[in-house]
Amino acid sequence: MRKSELIENLIDRFQGIPVKSVEQSVKAIIEHMADALAAGDRIEIRGFGSFCLHYRAPRTGRNPKTGDSVELAEKYVPHFKPGKELRDQVNDSL
Amino acid sequence: MGSLTKADMAERLSSEQQLSKRDAKDMVEAFFEEVSTSLINNEQVKLSGFGNFDLRDKRPRPGRNPKTGEEVAISARRVVTFRPGQKLKDRVETEN
Repeated sequence: MRKSELIENLIDRFQGIPVKSVEQSVKAIIEHMADALAAGDRIEIRGFGSFCLHYRAPRTGRNPKTGDSVELAEKYVPHFKPGKELRDQVNDSL
Repeated sequence: MGSLTKADMAERLSSEQQLSKRDAKDMVEAFFEEVSTSLINNEQVKLSGFGNFDLRDKRPRPGRNPKTGEEVAISARRVVTFRPGQKLKDRVETEN
């Protein structure tokens, strides 16, 4: 499912809300989540899961093309941990 | 360090998108229901600007109870993984 399909599904579910508002709402929800992670905040959605940042220590990497070593700075990467309900339901679908 | 919840998202939706508090709350709820339903139907979810939720089927493997050291079988399972998109990774890297 892509963002456009998610929007279409929600348009079907919210017949009383203008299409434009549904579209903007989906974009706003995604933006709000990205803003939170960019600000170093967690996201907690009960049943669905939580997002947090994981720390990556600085390291010496290599340019795979030239073999030159490059210093990579420390950084944070987004991480998602599925909630119990989602985990169980996805696993039950197997 | 704070934590963003569905209530926070609904709050922002109702103030920015001119939705009633009720509609905003229902919209946020429905958003996560749709994503979950897709994943439960074994269908990947791609949210451009954010990231992809993928499904991985894991084979059964032998494991151990870390407390007792006892061997236990870990059954085959399906799990959700999240791959952040480049845009999100860049923002998280530069703003933290």
